[in-house]
Amino acid sequence: MAERAGKPLMQWLRQPGVLAAVPVTLFLLGGFVGPLILVWWYSLMPPRTFSLAQTPTLDNFISSAAGSYYISFGWSLYLSAVTVVILILICYPVAYGMAKLFGKWANLITLLVVLQLLVSENIRLFGWVLFLLKNGIMDGSALYLFGLSVPSILYTVPAIVLGLVYVYLPFMLFPMVLGLSMVPETLKEAAFDLGATRMAVFREIELPLSSPGLMIGGLLTFVLALGSLAESKILGGQRVIMIADDIESAFTFAQNWPRGAALSVLVMVISGGLVLLLLLRLDLDRIMGRR
Amino acid sequence: MSSNTDRPILELKNIVKKFGDFTAVDDFNLDIVEGELFTIVGPSGSGKTTIIRMLAGMDKPTDGDILLRGERINDVPANHRPTCMVFQSLALFPHRTVGENVEFSLKIRGVDKVARRKRAEELLEQLHLPLSYYDKGVNQCSGGERQRVALARALAFDPEILFFDEPLSALDFRLRKTLEKELKDIHRMTGKTFVYITHSLEEAMVMSDRIGIMRRGRLVQVGSPDEIYNQPNDKFVAQFMGEVNVLEVDKAGEGRVRVANSGIELAAHDMGADFEKGFLVVRPEVVRIGDNAAEMTNKLSGRLFNEYSLGSRIQYQIRMAEGATWVVERLRDERYSGQLDDEVTIGWQPEDAILVAE
Repeated sequence: MAERAGKPLMQWLRQPGVLAAVPVTLFLLGGFVGPLILVWWYSLMPPRTFSLAQTPTLDNFISSAAGSYYISFGWSLYLSAVTVVILILICYPVAYGMAKLFGKWANLITLLVVLQLLVSENIRLFGWVLFLLKNGIMDGSALYLFGLSVPSILYTVPAIVLGLVYVYLPFMLFPMVLGLSMVPETLKEAAFDLGATRMAVFREIELPLSSPGLMIGGLLTFVLALGSLAESKILGGQRVIMIADDIESAFTFAQNWPRGAALSVLVMVISGGLVLLLLLRLDLDRIMGRR
Repeated sequence: MSSNTDRPILELKNIVKKFGDFTAVDDFNLDIVEGELFTIVGPSGSGKTTIIRMLAGMDKPTDGDILLRGERINDVPANHRPTCMVFQSLALFPHRTVGENVEFSLKIRGVDKVARRKRAEELLEQLHLPLSYYDKGVNQCSGGERQRVALARALAFDPEILFFDEPLSALDFRLRKTLEKELKDIHRMTGKTFVYITHSLEEAMVMSDRIGIMRRGRLVQVGSPDEIYNQPNDKFVAQFMGEVNVLEVDKAGEGRVRVANSGIELAAHDMGADFEKGFLVVRPEVVRIGDNAAEMTNKLSGRLFNEYSLGSRIQYQIRMAEGATWVVERLRDERYSGQLDDEVTIGWQPEDAILVAE
């Protein structure tokens, strides 16, 4: 017994679960944690250098804060927030239908939503360009069929939002469907039976019980939109510079890796902070009735 | 037992409910008297849940009328009916505390917080739940406690009629027995009309003022527990009571029947003038065994195959030569003194057996 107790680590390592987790752990360490540490470390290197073997400094953060990056940060946060709000409004009814009403037709919707993911995001966005272009599919069809020209929204902020909503819709829709399908019908019937109106059933029962799905969808789409690049480039035509744009140009055009790294760290801190804040405020266990 | 008034509080007239081609409830007629505890009993699939869902307003009848105090309520939705239901799953709100669950209907009505809490605490007390449970999560409560919370929530609504959809079916035997009696006590205290459904006639017997027995979407018998027990309408009702001995018989003469496929003749009581064939129902507890059977009018003999102790009673299984199995129950102090595999005589008096139709 004494010998076994002396080697708790070896014993722990020999569990089948731990053994089975080794490959994926190594992969994540090399492919996810490693690059992250590199980025963090680079953000502390002196500006415009490429070596990792220098004295750490906070120069990149100080110059980033002093510069005009707050504008692109602002746009990114604003557009992400608008995207999340629009997605909630669009997806809730669809998710409700898929979870409760459509029956087997829900599978068709799932298929349609998933199918578009098979096509590269950039190609899909260029498809939207063709659609929205002056004399493009929408404008041209309207002109041909009804003889009226439609003002193009291409290269405007609404076009960027359209792109963001379009691209990230699945990430809101599916968590929501899951959240809504976890609300038992009998709870709604019971609330109804106790005198609640349809609105009260929604407010008191359905919304709080489906909120885990809503929150997860919201977090996913917000974080994804915060890091988005293609929508503002392709559909916005650089009208608005989002933070991912700035990061990209710092790494490529400006050849200032430490600055790009510092901006990346700031994005991570902001999105990580938001996730933490929401998860702390939201007691998932309580909502799901696990305690 | 129940306070009778002239007009029934609830009338079901020729109710039909179809789901596609399937007829769940067929030409169902029933009056429920104000203040009574009425139980609808039936095996699963008999349509009893469909009935109670229509009464509570969660389903609409395909045909027929539901009248509440004489007014047709077919199209009144559940949230506008002065009735409330305790669900089989209880349907407690998992994201709310015990207190919030109990107060739900009061909150919907806009009752202020202080009055709400006062009423909730009264109900917790009435249902033997500690006041500290007010702030407890419903999922921290045990099965029996959850049961009481569900009942408190329904009572807080102050309904004119309470419906129960087999709420006790998931509980263990002893707790169920306790809660059956508690429910009957609550019924007495509140004086409200209770309509209860269950698949257990035994449960119905304990609680009910009147019982309706359902089979394949229809009512086959309505009566007090005593009436159902002493005079079942047919073989189905008789067998629904639990273990009974049922013999297929036809008329052999005045006051005599012949057991099918055996030629044995037995004396029968209360045989209608037009009786041709039917079933003789003999309850296990009216059958004597061994020496006690000697002076009985009807006697059979068989081999004692096994005995089971049921607590206050002993149950015997007796196998007859022609293959039939009889169930006999005696009190402990009347127990059979011999051995297993003994050749034993069993007997009963004709007036203790019941002749029923198919």
